[in-house]
Amino acid sequence: MAYSDKLIDHYENPRNIGALDKNAEDVGTGLVGAPACGDVMKLQIKVGVDGLIEDAKFKTFGCGSAIASSSLVTEWVKGKTIDEAETIKNTDIARHLALPPVKIHCSVLAEDAIKAAIADYRAKITKKAEPAPPGEAAVAEAK
Amino acid sequence: MNAFTQIRRNDQPIYLDYQATTPMDPRVLEAMMPYFTYKFGNAHSRSHAYGWEAEEAVEKARAQVAKLVGADEKEIIYTSGATESNNLAIKGVAEFYKDRRNHIVTTVTEHKCVLDTCRHLEQQGFSVTYLPVQKNGLVDLETLRSAVTDKTVLVSVMAVNNEIGVIQPLAEIGKICREKGAFFHTDAAQAVGKIPLDVNAMNIDLMSISGHKIYGPKGIGALYVRRRPRVRLVALINGGGQERGFRSGTLPTPLCVGLGEAAEICLKEMDAEAKRLTKLRDRMLEGLQAKLPEIYVNGDLDHRIPGNLNISFAYVEGESLMMGIKGLSVSSGSACTSASLEPSYVLRALGVDEELAHTSLRIGLGRFTTEQEVDTAVDELVRHVSKLREMSPLWEMAQEGIDLKSIEWAAH
Repeated sequence: MAYSDKLIDHYENPRNIGALDKNAEDVGTGLVGAPACGDVMKLQIKVGVDGLIEDAKFKTFGCGSAIASSSLVTEWVKGKTIDEAETIKNTDIARHLALPPVKIHCSVLAEDAIKAAIADYRAKITKKAEPAPPGEAAVAEAK
Repeated sequence: MNAFTQIRRNDQPIYLDYQATTPMDPRVLEAMMPYFTYKFGNAHSRSHAYGWEAEEAVEKARAQVAKLVGADEKEIIYTSGATESNNLAIKGVAEFYKDRRNHIVTTVTEHKCVLDTCRHLEQQGFSVTYLPVQKNGLVDLETLRSAVTDKTVLVSVMAVNNEIGVIQPLAEIGKICREKGAFFHTDAAQAVGKIPLDVNAMNIDLMSISGHKIYGPKGIGALYVRRRPRVRLVALINGGGQERGFRSGTLPTPLCVGLGEAAEICLKEMDAEAKRLTKLRDRMLEGLQAKLPEIYVNGDLDHRIPGNLNISFAYVEGESLMMGIKGLSVSSGSACTSASLEPSYVLRALGVDEELAHTSLRIGLGRFTTEQEVDTAVDELVRHVSKLREMSPLWEMAQEGIDLKSIEWAAH
């Protein structure tokens, strides 16, 4: 199977490999896929006070197309607001990397990963903005 | 020409896929050459010297093939390859004896051409039992014994598995078949020329042989068909009645000669080659184990042909690894290159976890593999497995002590 130069470049020189502190309030983490299916992506975003994604990191277990797809989206989301990042479509990823038809699922997984990371970030923000009801807080403190 | 000669060009990757196919031995090519040009006669022409010359060549080659498996030359039928041999053996026997017996026993780890032939026969009304294999890839003899009934016409069990290289207990299976009155067919494409085989000592009634797995040409194979007690077949290809009526069509003289020469070389060099390949395989496995934790060999390591390793490199997906090791030509057990995302059915049959099956590579060593190639391969594998583990979320989680099985993964 012949892969595009862009795909091979992302596979050989993956951008933004690594991990951010998943417990930090300004970090959203998405973990999607399943080992039994042969693909697992972990994608993390760090959102600045200005609302822009200032850093993104990934780790991926999967084929070259999966690695390239996740590497590409970490590049794309940087500098975007989370609303903008949320509009990234799997078809854009597939087109940019010229994924063969049997590898389209890799781009779908990358889209899922970014959505999951954003959802995780939003959940943290919401929790912070709306303090837990007094009853729950008391329980938490008691622990 | 000796076994250590490098036959690949320096700009080619190191070939480590000898179970897929083998390069032709230069000695084989040399034997074939005249039969492409001035010795071009039709082996079935009885009226002139061209025909006699070709006939003599194909008969000499037939004897060479027969000798390698302990058969009589009259029991060897030329075919186009092991796929045709398997089709002819299974369909031919099933069809001929269908009024008396209509049950076939095989295993779940057979080559696709055996499994697909059996599926076809099921649609024709035959019943087929697909035996499971044990964790080491070997069939359990008691399970096999109890599956063979007085309705069983044929037991088809491969001699050596193409993915994991394990050797089935042929003599024991043959004995059970003889006791129960069922014919024993073995797909020996991966076994012939690699391990000693004797159709009489092992009670084998039909055996499929491939040319291109034994350093011979592609497009030729053979089927051994026992004469005493006689095994009868319905032919797949009808015509001029060549090959005892089992396989009509003009014989491809150069290919037959090549198969014969390849068989003779295997017979002469099998012992020395097996010793050399065992050493190389051990060198490769020890080299990898010394530098990489959490790698697992799939299939029994003792009952195995010398030239095969099938290894799961935990936490690294096989296809991405293959993409990295550009200097090596190996095969992935994950089969993710096909439209299906299913990992190898052979590894699954062994009970290998799906996540581990996705991380497996088949590494095949052979006649032209050198020690230097093995060392280069080890270095390249270690480098890329380490690199890919650094970017694997599963490796990271495992290092943090997270049990991957405790996580609820969303299957996709």
